[in-house]
Amino acid sequence: MLSPVIPREYFEPLGRQQSEELITRPSLSYWQHVWLRFRKNRMALAALGVALALVLFAVIGPWLWPVDPAAQNIGSRSLGPTWSRSAEVVAWRPWRADSASWQAALSGTGIDIAVVEANTEYVRLLWKPVPKATRYAVYRNDQPELARDSPGLPLEDIAADAMPMLEDRLDLRERDYRYSIIAYDGRGDELQRYQIGLRPALAISLIDGQLQGLVPLELDSRQAQGLGVTLPAHPLGTDHLGRDILARLMHGGRISLFIGVAAPLLYVMFGALYGGVAAYFGGRFDDVMMRVADFVVALPFLLFMILFRVLFNIQPGESGITAMLVAMIVLGWPSTARLVRGQVLQLKEQAFVNAARILGGRPFYIIMTHMLPNVMGVLLVSLTFAIPSAIFTEAFLSFIGLGVAPPAPSWGSMCNDGIRTMLSHPHELLFPAIAISLTVLAFNLLGDALRDAFDIRLREGVGNA
Amino acid sequence: MCLQAAGLQARAVDAASRTISLAMATEPPSLNSLQATDSESFFVLTHVMEGLTQYNLDNELVPGVAVRWQIDEGGATFWLRRNARWSDGKPVTADQFVYAWREALDPVNAAPYASILFPVKNARAINNGKLDKAELGVVAIDDHTLQVFFEQPCPYFLGLTAFATYYPLRQDIVEAHGARYAAESNTMVYNGPYVLQRWVHGASLRLVKNSAYWDVERLAINTIEIPYMTSSAAATLNLFKDDAIALAGLDAESLKEAVVQGYPVRRFRNGIIYFIQFNFRDGRASVNHDLRRAMQLVFDSATLVNKVIAMPGNKALDGLFPSTVNGVSEPFQREFPPPLPQQNLVLARETIATARRAFGGELPPLTLLVSETPVSVIIGEYLQNMFKQALGLDIRLDKQTFKQRIAKMQSGDFDLVLAGWGPDFDDPITYGDLFASWNENNRGRYSSERYDHWVAAGQQSSDPRARMEAMNQLQLILHADVAILPLFEGASVYLQNPALRGVGRAIFGGDPSYKFAWIEAANADANISR
Amino acid sequence: MQTFLAKTRQAGPLARYIGGRLLSGLFTIWFIATATFFVMHWVPGDPLSDEKAVSAEIRQNLEARYGLDKPLPQQYWIYITSMLKGDFGISYTQKNRSVNDIIAEHFPVSAMLGALAIVFATLGGIVWGAIAARFRNRWPDAVIMFAVILTVSVPSFVFAALSQHLIIKLNQATGVSVLPVAGWGGLRHMLVPALVLGLGTMAYLTRLMRASTLEVGSADYIKTARSKGLSSLQVFLHHELRNAVLPLITVLGPAIAAITTGGFVVELIFTIPGLGRYFVTAVQQLDYTVIMGTTVFYGAFLVLMVLLVDIVYGLVDPRIRLQGRADA
Repeated sequence: MLSPVIPREYFEPLGRQQSEELITRPSLSYWQHVWLRFRKNRMALAALGVALALVLFAVIGPWLWPVDPAAQNIGSRSLGPTWSRSAEVVAWRPWRADSASWQAALSGTGIDIAVVEANTEYVRLLWKPVPKATRYAVYRNDQPELARDSPGLPLEDIAADAMPMLEDRLDLRERDYRYSIIAYDGRGDELQRYQIGLRPALAISLIDGQLQGLVPLELDSRQAQGLGVTLPAHPLGTDHLGRDILARLMHGGRISLFIGVAAPLLYVMFGALYGGVAAYFGGRFDDVMMRVADFVVALPFLLFMILFRVLFNIQPGESGITAMLVAMIVLGWPSTARLVRGQVLQLKEQAFVNAARILGGRPFYIIMTHMLPNVMGVLLVSLTFAIPSAIFTEAFLSFIGLGVAPPAPSWGSMCNDGIRTMLSHPHELLFPAIAISLTVLAFNLLGDALRDAFDIRLREGVGNA
Repeated sequence: MCLQAAGLQARAVDAASRTISLAMATEPPSLNSLQATDSESFFVLTHVMEGLTQYNLDNELVPGVAVRWQIDEGGATFWLRRNARWSDGKPVTADQFVYAWREALDPVNAAPYASILFPVKNARAINNGKLDKAELGVVAIDDHTLQVFFEQPCPYFLGLTAFATYYPLRQDIVEAHGARYAAESNTMVYNGPYVLQRWVHGASLRLVKNSAYWDVERLAINTIEIPYMTSSAAATLNLFKDDAIALAGLDAESLKEAVVQGYPVRRFRNGIIYFIQFNFRDGRASVNHDLRRAMQLVFDSATLVNKVIAMPGNKALDGLFPSTVNGVSEPFQREFPPPLPQQNLVLARETIATARRAFGGELPPLTLLVSETPVSVIIGEYLQNMFKQALGLDIRLDKQTFKQRIAKMQSGDFDLVLAGWGPDFDDPITYGDLFASWNENNRGRYSSERYDHWVAAGQQSSDPRARMEAMNQLQLILHADVAILPLFEGASVYLQNPALRGVGRAIFGGDPSYKFAWIEAANADANISR
Repeated sequence: MQTFLAKTRQAGPLARYIGGRLLSGLFTIWFIATATFFVMHWVPGDPLSDEKAVSAEIRQNLEARYGLDKPLPQQYWIYITSMLKGDFGISYTQKNRSVNDIIAEHFPVSAMLGALAIVFATLGGIVWGAIAARFRNRWPDAVIMFAVILTVSVPSFVFAALSQHLIIKLNQATGVSVLPVAGWGGLRHMLVPALVLGLGTMAYLTRLMRASTLEVGSADYIKTARSKGLSSLQVFLHHELRNAVLPLITVLGPAIAAITTGGFVVELIFTIPGLGRYFVTAVQQLDYTVIMGTTVFYGAFLVLMVLLVDIVYGLVDPRIRLQGRADA
């Protein structure tokens, strides 16, 4: 067993060295640190990029895609993403088939049912009368590939006639249909069933074409019939009234981003201040302030929204966005206040706060430098959740007529509209939901990055391994 | 796989116990026949109560408590069946009708539908507090004979007697329970085919066969269970898919899903008409005839029905009377075709230019009042854009919740309002008198002496042809004056379990009706979800 | 009142604190009732009007029946005095039912569903939040974050409808009724609706838990515990968890009140006879008595929940001194 030999000179004192006290990095203030750390976080920068992109999408987008978000093309409703297509102009006139043309259509052996015309404005069918039939029930299957056995939609009941015929104009699309005609006798028993499949050609009605400026006004129905026109492209499809979803998302973003960011920022800030002050001073003061918060939470929100609308004297058709903003701030702050108060109550008993107080720190100083960074985490969570909640509150209020006036779109109300068609046309829900998700995601990541940047203790990388 | 499920869970249609299960939109707000105004209450009341007459499967009047009757210009006499009984075994007698009608008119009770009794002599004066209720023109001659005197000739009186306000009431029961009458299943008695055996508020109802009912042998369904209350069409369809309910109403989206599932879809035209009413109050822009005429010239109800509403069954409406209304011997629309729309963009733009000059070159914005229900809003947004594209009109959509919209309709705070009207009884006058200058429901205060004249003629004449001719005049006047813009007539689109047959879809009174329904045992094993 | 105060003075500090809070709670409720009463009468609309108009005479009869013909201050006085007697009046829309009955019948349903939803939300929030914090910036964190964002960015109707679809698929695939599609009955009926109802709160609590766990994780006492050589699981369970759940408790009070009464969509889709639908429809229908009854009841419930949470908070966190604050 060897004992280590330690040279004596190891115990000699060193001479005074300048470098020991030298500040090697420039002195940074707290906020400079925050920015430095934020800048290093690549995720944060990406989130900032997404947030900016969303803002640009809403602000500059409408110039790049100058489509009126309110303009309806009623012939192209609920379309998925489409490029421009050509369609034929048709002018509908009441249909009266005479005996000769009726017979001509059904001439030839084995033909029981005939398609006279099939375009997306109308489908006209004729069939041979079934002996002893008293009525025909006409059905149309819109998805013959999905539901083979189903007759589909009950279109019309037709009393038996020498020349039975049917004109269908109900919600026709450029897709495969299968029509079933079921003949019944007087007792209601089925006698015979005719079936025919068809695919209507894309058409636009004369008046629609004229209203959209695709067909000159001076053309009458005879001149316009059969004219070819080009229908506009819809990169993200159209909604249930044939409005362009991309244009609506851009315009809707202006409202949703404004209300979704401004309202939460304001009421979360107010709530934080309110809760912080209440907790910091404590006692009776805190009691009274928190009872006021309870009072505000318990008020019936909807009723007070109506009140604000009356107070601001918003006429029909005017945007209620200011009233909505004020109401959301007035009614929205208590949950943040409660959260921050809880944190501050906990913090103010901690040693470093006591130390600061003993050292003579003024309340404002203590709140800003010792409390705020420590409540930042929960505050930012509160803020990021307030964003979607504000967007949907706007949509709900607009839905009951207390928000923005139709036809102005917003992401929330597009979402709510999309719900109605979420199974048959999911894109109407999907795109606005993606826009809201991106916003929430961006602000969530931003919030996280900010929190990390604010947190002095996380300076050395990952906080808890 | 279906058979396994059958053992574990009550099926929507159970052939063995002759039980069916259903869903309802909401809790019935009132089962007191004096207070009921809504379709849920009428639905339950139709099954548990019976008036002098009732509607059969084909929406025709057939005997109820009354076996026969005689109606002339001065009044009516009803002979009541002797075997009609209440659920507690007591007989149904004429004085119970007298009591009910008097109570309905007594101002203290404030019955909302009191005015449907106004054809009875002195009814209006009693309701206004000017006469005592004992003065009402109805007498129980004996237990089984009821005599009614009219205020003025009322050729459509028989159709009124199936209405809930005309149901009999038991004085002893009503007085015993006071304000709690009909608040629970055990605080009322029933004279209809079913009794309310259990009522868990907001959750479920159970109707069982009324063993005291005079026609109880005919009833083929023993128990009607209503364990679900929801107004969501998606939830209703899901319950139907799971074989939990036997009938499911559909909206546009659940209809598409139902077709994909391969279910047989049914439809029924319910006689409810929808229209835009213009405001004729002084100072409103909508008073201008050219403005209204221009709107009439560009609007096409077929486009609205086929492309905007896009549900089968809903039908374009051009006149005032829906396809369900009967004329003298044929459907009214066939006897008196309504004026057809003539879409003419060029003429419309000329007409609107005339209107614009009348306003000094600039048309003021117009307010279109709608309720916040999705379909109303879609129609409102469609009209807003269409009139803007076609005529350059600036239409402001005023979306209001239920009571706020009605308040605005009442005070006349609109230029155009999207309104609907469901018939109360089987006679075209239930639509026709809607725009009479004295009618409270004439929300636009349209007033025309010619119109009023023909309404009066239609109310009082006893000649069916002259009455229908008067109704035709009404729809022509409305069209010429552009008092309204007819939009469409409504329909219910629904799914029905194939084992359940004979479900009555009622235009008047409670809908749907299971009084005549039966279970087709052969189909009962065919699970709906396959 | 005097004797009540006297009694609370003799009692312990906690009892005194609770007594004081209850008293101030009464004032809060009175304020809520008064504000709601006047706003309700002031907004446009008329509870007696209906789609089909009634004649002026019938209207007068109706007004007299509901006491609306009296001047507003008198109506207010009548309302407040009968409210003190515990009578909330008769509903305008449910014409034969008292508001007391409506609350008594539907609140228990909402409370049961709400309690289960809160349990789901709290447990889920703590577990997911803790996992996200422990695996910070790694894939479990990202997955949880994605789920949270999805939950708050999509209307709850979508989740309700989708879960119903899944139940049907499950029932059809197994051939037995594993779960009911809708309706109200036993625990089986409650599971899925409670989960959907608690989803939003769960997302919120998850993020909150993640944030506060990170906050706590860098605190000095955790470093101390770790340097003592405790395993990271022990540190987590004994030190981090207990401190990290504190912010969750603060938001729980209002969250319980909100979940218990705000289940409109869930009640609609799953056909549950709860109180939630009355909160929404009463205002739309301008059902004066139901608006007042539910608002006052909700106010009282909220005051109690907040008090309860404050007491629990004080017990869990000894640093917060309830009684001490009076002399701060």
